Amino acid sequence: MGGPEIERLIQLLARLPGLGPRSAQRIALKLLTQPEMRMLPLAAALTHAAQAIKPCRICGNLDSRDPCMICTDPARETNRICVVEGVADLWAIERSRGWRGFYHVLGGTLSALNGTMPEDLSLEPLLARLRAGGVEEVILALAATVDGAATTHWLADRLQSSGVTITSLAQGVPMGGSLEILDEGTLGNALRARRPV
Amino acid sequence: MEWEEPAIALLAHPYGETDSLATLFTEGQGVVRGLVKGGAGRSKGVMFQPGNILKARWVGRLPEQLGQFTAEMVHPAAAAAMGNRVGLATLQALAAVTAGALPERDAYPDLFDMLMRLMIRLPEGEELLPDLVRYECALLSDLGYGLDLSACALSGATGDLAYVSPRTGRAVSTEAAGEWRDRLLKLPAFLCGGEDGVRTDWLDGLRLTAHFLERDVFGVLNRPLPAARVMLYDLVASLE
Repeated sequence: MGGPEIERLIQLLARLPGLGPRSAQRIALKLLTQPEMRMLPLAAALTHAAQAIKPCRICGNLDSRDPCMICTDPARETNRICVVEGVADLWAIERSRGWRGFYHVLGGTLSALNGTMPEDLSLEPLLARLRAGGVEEVILALAATVDGAATTHWLADRLQSSGVTITSLAQGVPMGGSLEILDEGTLGNALRARRPV
Repeated sequence: MEWEEPAIALLAHPYGETDSLATLFTEGQGVVRGLVKGGAGRSKGVMFQPGNILKARWVGRLPEQLGQFTAEMVHPAAAAAMGNRVGLATLQALAAVTAGALPERDAYPDLFDMLMRLMIRLPEGEELLPDLVRYECALLSDLGYGLDLSACALSGATGDLAYVSPRTGRAVSTEAAGEWRDRLLKLPAFLCGGEDGVRTDWLDGLRLTAHFLERDVFGVLNRPLPAARVMLYDLVASLE
């Protein structure tokens, strides 16, 4: 179409989440029409991010600093750790602005069906943080799936001996969610977890 | 071509960014795989969680094609089991053993009926284990590896059956077992029409069926016993 360089660019773009070959073509064309304004700054930003961003050695978050900005934030509550499956979940909780404690990125959920075993998860660094002391509560913020629930039970069992309070996220009716369009499982769990008003 | 069947979701793997490949156990078609368009999304992701009982519709141009699934929820068994650790482990073990052991597209209506009753009772947790062992015995039998627990293989006696030969799968009475009892598998009374028993009996039952599933069903496929089934035994053993 336009030489091997363009083909290669389109191929690489098409591998990104949410993009297919046609979207990749559009993006490539947009970048190539104004390379100084769009393409070169993007390339520089990609190179810089690839070199500078690393997993935080304490929590596993991605940041250019190690320890990350969250782990070094003095305004955070140091006695609470929220365990999440991945960095995307950490970002989602940060967006909620409802959490001022620390995080721990587990790196996945146990899946006996798909073969993800305990040794594949980042458990030892979490246990080391608990052994270091100062933590009063661990919140298990994992997905409301069979694998997520199994991991929550497994983690709760492993953390029980540490003496900290272990909690998990509530399940129920989402904000703005009409009951008639809710799935049966969520509605059933919301009813089981009802509380006095 | 298309069909509509009662079904139990067994597995769902992501396929691409938005879809998933689901494995369902249906009443009339047996274990069937199919593509779920939008299966990685929230609404369909919930629907095809393992254990859920569905009314599934399969559409394909030819019967041997992968085809596409759509479904309606009948009973959200996965959500109901989430609060119960043993129930959840039981769900995963049942799904993994069923999906791994049964050949695709062969109907096993009796097994389907048993599994559906088990999935509905998942919140009962440990109390379900004798029926899980009974289900695995029925699965072994349907696959041609049934245990013969009707009489002692050595004496022919029909009472006091307490062991099973790990080689032949036939029952052995306490008296006939003699000094060989340590080499035999314990036979829990609930498999011979007795009461459901206690945790040690359930563990004996889980060990018994695990041995024959591992050797006769998964062994011939050069696969180990599913990790979910091993983890269920470890979990129940750790409760002691």
